[in-house]
This record gives sequence, structure tokens and C-alpha cells, in this order.
Amino acid sequence: MALLAIGNLNMAFGGLNALTNFNLELNSGELVGLIGPNGAGKTTVFNILTGVYAPTAGTIIFNDENITGLKPYIITQRGIARTFQNIRLFSNLSVLDNVRIAYHPNVKYGVASAVTRIPSFHIEEDALTQKAIDFLKIFSLEDKMYEIAKNLPYGQQRRLEIARALATQPKLLLLDEPAAGMNPQETHDLMNLIKWIRSQFNLTILLIEHDMSLVMGACERMYVLDYGIVIAHGNPTEIKANPRVIEAYLGEEVPNAKNQ
Amino acid sequence: MKKMMNKHTIITIIVLILLYGSVQASILLETINPFYQLNLILICINIILAVSLNLINGFTGQFSIGHAGFMAIGAYTSAIMTVKLGQSFPLAILAGAVAAAIVGFLIGLPTLRLKGDYLAIATLGFGEIIKVLFVNFEYVGGASGFHGIPHITTWTWVFFIALFTVVFIRNFIDSSHGRACISIREDEIAAETMGINTTKYKVMAFTIGAFFAGTAGALFAHYFYILQPSNFGFLRSVDYLVMVVLGGLGSITGSILAAIALTILNAALQSVAELRMVIYSLLLIVIMIFRPQGLMGNKEFSLKMFKRLGRGEKHGSVGNR
Repeated sequence: MALLAIGNLNMAFGGLNALTNFNLELNSGELVGLIGPNGAGKTTVFNILTGVYAPTAGTIIFNDENITGLKPYIITQRGIARTFQNIRLFSNLSVLDNVRIAYHPNVKYGVASAVTRIPSFHIEEDALTQKAIDFLKIFSLEDKMYEIAKNLPYGQQRRLEIARALATQPKLLLLDEPAAGMNPQETHDLMNLIKWIRSQFNLTILLIEHDMSLVMGACERMYVLDYGIVIAHGNPTEIKANPRVIEAYLGEEVPNAKNQ
Repeated sequence: MKKMMNKHTIITIIVLILLYGSVQASILLETINPFYQLNLILICINIILAVSLNLINGFTGQFSIGHAGFMAIGAYTSAIMTVKLGQSFPLAILAGAVAAAIVGFLIGLPTLRLKGDYLAIATLGFGEIIKVLFVNFEYVGGASGFHGIPHITTWTWVFFIALFTVVFIRNFIDSSHGRACISIREDEIAAETMGINTTKYKVMAFTIGAFFAGTAGALFAHYFYILQPSNFGFLRSVDYLVMVVLGGLGSITGSILAAIALTILNAALQSVAELRMVIYSLLLIVIMIFRPQGLMGNKEFSLKMFKRLGRGEKHGSVGNR
């Protein structure tokens, strides 16, 4: 059964068709890649999925529920989390607060209890902090928890962003170019991290990536997007052999990509 | 950890009791002259306004410059309650605060969709509209002012209401709801992606800010006998904005310090009224050049800070203050 089904999605910005009849299906537990040249519409797909844009036409069914055009915060609460192409941490806040904010929708105490500091406020707040600390331990960021997020090295900022997204307890995780700006070693670590969180958190992952070694190595299936149209779909071997993909995106480099 | 916090809380309470008691005693013994008394009361009123504006501008990151408008609503509503309707002072304060909060909520819903400069201009317009409304509202004296308001505001009233405001906003900020507001300032799109209803929290911050501005307005009205719409112009909003920026966007103690400093500066420059705005502006320029993040940045002033300075540590724990 499909966890996510996108049907005939269209998105037009004025006269520009960013997406035309886009279809995508994700089964529970899959790790699927979405690739394509710059400006192909990959991030637009993410923005529609997370409610930043309302699509011009089409439907998105997530977990048997139509989530087309819902507000971003509601979609997050339904179980879709994302990271951003250019990291969007709460950069002046501590690592701990970045994760604590992700737990906010689960907080039960109201403003009145917060202001009056009744005992139940302290109990819940302490529990929430402890939960966030335990969570940071999983990502080995606990020794940095009082560090200001923007002072972390780049690789750790990426990791914190993924950790923060997972703290919203998603069923589906959207990763937008997580390896951008990383060196080969960091990319390798990231790949292991992605595989690990997927099994650890029982996740379905949709990944946008330019780094071919990451996509080809990690994804079971992939979609190739060009000018807002899906031009190919299949497993990495099929994609590498597909002439339309070679023409649109991989160019003459494809035979070499196998050696990477 | 808990024990240390308690120690600090106790020290803070003792300092506050001594502060309140010594001023109250000197007022009762008449050892303090009316000019100082006036400024002490103004300091407390300004603290309420600066801290409540900081919740909107500094913590939630919504650039509002219409705070005097909410103050005016609180001032006029409370004065109508006492003068025209013969109600008690506490009820009048509450009515003024609630009226300002309701208007804040109604104004906030549509305008908080705007960002940055656009929101600033919308709130500026709102402040001016409120002023013009009161100019043309003959029931409360129109442009010539609302006369005969009883002089009820005392040091005790302003001190405890200012204290309540600070504790309220500090506790709010230091909770998950407060962190939701701060996350909007940091990155609105990311906040929304974390499942936070950003509209709700922006409107909430705006409403709470307006509530306390209304409270301050009520205290103001019942100290000065008379209310004039021109009291609540754009320049007054700018005064509070300056306090917030000077103290540090996102620092409650910074706002308090700036409110105290600027009120004293204003009083000290009273004798050279022509030079006042010049000196005031120069001071701002100098501070903005040498300390653009404001006196306190987004840090809070605390006793722990001295210990930390002593140990030479650079980073404080934001999550654990």
C-alpha cells in the first residue's frame, strides 16, 4: 500500500509550468531519489508536499488522507518532515532548543500554566528537555547541546537539521540535497546516517540529490525530472541506461559514473 | 542546579523588596522630591511598555511601531471607566488592558501576514489612526484632551504591575510557547516546518504585548490628570522602540535597563530641552556603531553572568537560564 501518492500534480508560476502532470508513489519503508538538472522542479515538489505552495492542480494522498493544500504546520503534524537545501536551523538558538522546538506540537501545558509555573509545567518541561537530550545522544550531539547552532561545523549542522526534522516524529522524511557542500568523507558518513535512521525510525525517505554516488548507492528507485516533467523512473541501473536521462541530465559522463 | 536557582531567586526577591520598601518609605516620609517620584513612576511605566514591545519585536521578530496606539486605547478606556462610568481603578486597568488586547488581536490577524518593513508601515498607520480617532471623539474631549482624570496611580501600583509584567513575559518566553515565538523570529519557514502554527503565535505575542501596553496606558492616564491624543503619537512609539533596540532585541533585562537609562536621561536633559533630541540621537548613533546588538544582545542579565565572567567562559547556556 502506498504511503504517499501524488496524482497529476501541476504547478504554474504565472506562465511558467514548474511541474506538469507529476505522478509519484512511495511505499512504506522505501528510500527513493528525485534527481534532475537545476531548475527541473525538484524543490517545488517538496514545497508542494509540505504545503509551502498550493498546487495549481492535482492531489496528494498521504496515509490515506488528502493533504493537498493544507497548511505547512498541519502537514508536519500529519507526519511529513523535511530538511532544506540551504540549512535552515534556528541559528541563534542552542542545539538543545532547536530540538525542543520540534517537540512543541506535543506540548500539553497551556500558556496559563507556563506563566503561573504550576508544578505540572515543570514536570512536563523537564520531561521534554530530557527527551530532547536523549534524542541528541542518538545523533552524538549531546556534548554540543548548549552550543549555538550556527557555531557548529557544517556537517554537524546538517546532522542537527536531520535530527530536528526527525524530532517531529515523521512517517515520511524529505531530504533536500543533504550532501550539498560536503566532502567525500562527510557524504559517506551521511549516507550511512540516512540508511541507519531509516531502519531505526521506520521511515520512508524521499531524497533530492546531485551527488550521484549518494543517490545511486542509497536509493532503491528514482524519478528523474526535467523541465517539470518526469522523464524516467526506475531502479538505478535502469536510470543509468536510460537514453533520455543521459541526454537531459547525465550527459556523456554516464559510462564513467559506474566507476565512481 | 535547582538549589542554585533558588538561591538566585531569593536574592532577587530580597533586592526587589528592599527597592520597593525604600522608595515607598521615602515617599511616605516625604524625603523624596516630586520630580524624582514622577520619574520613578515613569520608569516603571516605561518598563512595562518596553518589555511588552520586546515580546513582539525582539522575541517574535515582528517589527511593530504602533505601541503608543495600544497605550492610548488602554489610557482612554480606563479613563472612561473611572470618570464617565464611576468604576474602580483595578477594574479600569483591566478594562483598558483587555480593550487594547482585543484591538491588538483584531489588528494582528490581518497585518501579521505582512513581513518586515510592510508590517512596520501597517502598524505605524494603525497608531496614527488611533490618534486621529481620539482627536475626533468628542465624548473624551477630542483634541483639547480628556480632563479631570483622578490621580490614583501610585508607586505601589506601578511597581507591582511592572513586576507582574516582567514575570509574566519572562515565564512565557521561557516555555515551549515562548520558544515557538522565538523560532518564528529565527526562521519562520523552518518554524512552520516544525509543526508550529506561526500565525497563532504571532497573533498571541501581539495580543499579549497590546494587553500590557494597555495596562501601562491606564497607569499613565491616572497619574497625569489629563489625556491628549497628541501624547500618543508616532514619536512615543519610537521612544519604546528605541528602548527595545538599545537594550537588545530579545533581552528582557536589556529592555528594563534601557527603560531606566533613557527615562533618567530624558529627565536629566529636561533643563536643556533644545539639546535633548540632539544628545539623544547622538547617543543612539554611537551605540548602534559600537554595539549594534544593543546593550545586552539577546542575553539576560543575571548574577550567574558575573560568575561566568570570573571564570572567563564565553558561552552561556541559552536553554538553561
